Amino acid sequence: MTTLNKEKLDSVTIRFVGDSGDGMQLTGNQFTSTSAMFGNDISTYPNFPAEIRAPQGTLAGVSGFQIRISSNQIHTPGDELDVLVAMNPAALKTNIADLKQNGFVFVNQDDFNPTNLAKAGYDKDADILTPLKAKYRVVEVPLSAMTVETLKDTNLTAKDKERCKNMFALGLMYFIYNRPSDVTEEWLRTKFKKKPELADANIKVLKAGYNFGDTIEIFQSTFEVPKAQIKPGTYRNITGNESTALGFVAASKIMNKDLFIGSYPITPATEILQELAKYKHFGVKTFQAEDEIAGIGSALGASFAGLLAITTTSGPGIALKSEFMNLAMITELPIVICDIQRGGPSTGLPTKTEQTDLLQVMFGRNGESPMPIVAARSPSDCFAAAIEACRIAVEHMTPVVFLSDTQIAIGSEPWLLPNLDALPKIKVEHHTDASTFQPYARNELLARPWAKPGTPGCEHTLGGLEKENITGKVNLSSGVHEEMTRIRAKKVENVARQLPATEIFGEKSGDLLILGWGSTYGSIRTTTEKLLSSGYKVGQVHLRHLNPMPNDLGAIAAKYKHVMIPELNSGQFNMLFRAKFLIDTKAVNQINTKPFNVSDLTRIAEEIIGGKR
Amino acid sequence: MNATQQLTKKDFIAEGDVKWCPGCGDYSILSSVQTVLPTLGIPKEEFVFISGIGCSSRFPYYMATYGFHTIHGRAPTVASGVKMANPKLSVWMVTGDGDGLSIGANHTMHMLRRNMDLKVMLFNNRIYGLTKGQYSPTSEQGKVTKTSLMGSIDAPLNPVSYAIASGATFVARTSAANPKHMQEVLNAAAAHKGTAFIEIFQNCNIFNDGAFAKYLNKETKDSENLVLEAGKPLLFNQDTLGIVLDTSGPSPELKVEEYKGDSSRFITHNPNADSTTMAYLIGQLGIEDPSFPTAMGIIRQVSRPTYDEVLYAQENEAKAKKGEGSLKELLYSGEIWTVGAEKNSPEPV
Repeated sequence: MTTLNKEKLDSVTIRFVGDSGDGMQLTGNQFTSTSAMFGNDISTYPNFPAEIRAPQGTLAGVSGFQIRISSNQIHTPGDELDVLVAMNPAALKTNIADLKQNGFVFVNQDDFNPTNLAKAGYDKDADILTPLKAKYRVVEVPLSAMTVETLKDTNLTAKDKERCKNMFALGLMYFIYNRPSDVTEEWLRTKFKKKPELADANIKVLKAGYNFGDTIEIFQSTFEVPKAQIKPGTYRNITGNESTALGFVAASKIMNKDLFIGSYPITPATEILQELAKYKHFGVKTFQAEDEIAGIGSALGASFAGLLAITTTSGPGIALKSEFMNLAMITELPIVICDIQRGGPSTGLPTKTEQTDLLQVMFGRNGESPMPIVAARSPSDCFAAAIEACRIAVEHMTPVVFLSDTQIAIGSEPWLLPNLDALPKIKVEHHTDASTFQPYARNELLARPWAKPGTPGCEHTLGGLEKENITGKVNLSSGVHEEMTRIRAKKVENVARQLPATEIFGEKSGDLLILGWGSTYGSIRTTTEKLLSSGYKVGQVHLRHLNPMPNDLGAIAAKYKHVMIPELNSGQFNMLFRAKFLIDTKAVNQINTKPFNVSDLTRIAEEIIGGKR
Repeated sequence: MNATQQLTKKDFIAEGDVKWCPGCGDYSILSSVQTVLPTLGIPKEEFVFISGIGCSSRFPYYMATYGFHTIHGRAPTVASGVKMANPKLSVWMVTGDGDGLSIGANHTMHMLRRNMDLKVMLFNNRIYGLTKGQYSPTSEQGKVTKTSLMGSIDAPLNPVSYAIASGATFVARTSAANPKHMQEVLNAAAAHKGTAFIEIFQNCNIFNDGAFAKYLNKETKDSENLVLEAGKPLLFNQDTLGIVLDTSGPSPELKVEEYKGDSSRFITHNPNADSTTMAYLIGQLGIEDPSFPTAMGIIRQVSRPTYDEVLYAQENEAKAKKGEGSLKELLYSGEIWTVGAEKNSPEPV
């Protein structure tokens, strides 16, 4: 064995791609855990097909997991790839364009055979690797053969042996990037607790991959991404959907109320329901309903009965839930509706990311139906955003929409765990005094009282018909309707009264404000940092509250010459912002299912500013 | 103070006017429910009435209990949510043939198969009343309405068959025109643990008047009503006729025979049978084939764990096994690691 130099790198972006059955998500997750625990900052972006197992070797079946590891604080999974690990020709074909010039591409040469070449749409005898060598560093590895050879003395079936090949790729990456393999070994032993022979086999292959790198002498050096300067504290790697679920459980504990979730599985929101199903001992009641409508209907029933109630879905489910969202609005019951946005319209692109449901949740109901909307901006931020959504729901007695999206939901990052005593407090009261009870009486925020069935003397009937203020009696007269419409609108506007001052990153005034919401946070933050370091007078505001918007937002925006609003849609928030504040904006829109590239945003920002520093 | 002992019918009558059409069958159902509830030994504040949309679904407004007039067809979802949130409540659902069997049939089926502990009253008037007279899923084929000028093409649905097929543990049929019978059925439903499904024949005197006349007319009521009693033979027409099971053909059939004193030949009604076969056959009498009388009473009543009961049993089991979950356990678990010497303080200060 040779001792290779370790070349230090600030940051590396790797993408593992293969068939959806090749275990690429698992491989990526392991590289992530190992790097996070090593001390890097990380950002990930899984990308997989809508089909569970598209035909093997085809372009449609390619599944990928991108991870960026860094010795600095990072906010995005990276624009370009430094390394591509491609398990077959289809994976190579669909991903090679994202690889940097002179980047590494590792291929499983055993799967670059005539059959797979043909499946990927190449001529079956084509030599697709040689032309790539002019632009990239191509490393051909006999992954399948080496894996099978490593396991020749085991009793595993040929298929089981072959399935360990992702561990060979992972082991090789661990060698090249100087990562220890113990985190993965421990994980394998836990995962295959009941099948130790599979744990042994996978670990054997993992080590074989590592040793292969050490032996073949194709590298002049290995690489090391040193630990990042990370804020001290205890961390946990978390996906957006996991942290959303934890946020809701935490909110229920904070307000000392059991949590009810009524939901129907839908990509990419399903994991929230699955995660919450683990928390029965926290008093969490998960109800897998017969459809989207029953999901929110049961949650609204639970809210009426006094629990903290939520429902989770994506855009197509919001369409189905909208009638119940309206009923929740007019009956003024607290409920949180989670929309984990995906590519639309219609069934659209179920596993891809977009921010295209904002106007749907804002306006997609009959009549005038104002509803607060909060948005999470990153995987770990979902925790705080979920708690905030619950706070607004119960303090203001209103349905609240929680917006996340595919990128946040399945992406992961290290999460600095919050101090428990620093979690927000939530005021929640149930009316119990029969002598003062009026179902539609109002407090100073215009919230009505929440009296649970079972409370003597507070019997009342809610419903979707228009009603009088204070008494809640059905009343369809024109004056009552106008009054109630205004009260319901004012009640939602009052949410903004309780909000803290809006945070601004960078310059508080100057040439350009970049205003965003949701999963564009990382790209916009990195863009802002780059612009600031180039000397531009730039600020970033990333909104938590989309409806109502913070009261100070107009005054903040007025302090910049330009306002740029990047969104992964055709300008939905841009429309709302302009309508509310009459401030001109530059909308930057992308609907190609991918996150913004920092380089694109930076270039556009510089164009808007006009090159002046 | 034991408030339940002092409850009277008046306690359940809401302030304000009842706004159904004069002569509507709904009035009788409302009155019967208000008569039965004070006798059940349940505090008034623990009753919740939940409805969908339609004439019948205005019901909660007329009850002085907790109530929720929800959206069309979706009452089972809200009622299920209320019951899961607080199993102590006595949750009653009011629906109709349109609300429960057309737009909301899906939810009705799932509520029944889950055996949520809910009392369900389906007012069947075989017409859409609130939208002023279109055919419903229980309207007879060929019915002429505003949307079926040449007669409706749809084959009608038998609510009782639907409920049995959906796994209902309690299925009964009664009539708004017979308060005494209706109150017996309501009492039995209240005592049942699980979804109690009651089809109530209810006359819409504006848009479908006389739909159930044959069960009331002096000349026909004896031959058209088969009043069920557990453990008793299926006899009707002043005990001159009865129902027998004929197994001589390729598939078992029910037949009418004269009763001459020997009851052993006639089917003894057993609503508690595990098998649904006889309940099906009895439930179809008179509805599918008008030459038979129609069964009135409890057609099926069996015992099965309720959804809400098992939900809480699992929760208690999880708590017993893992202990009550804490915020600290929630956050500080899984693969966690510490950077630097400074640790977060997971304990509330």
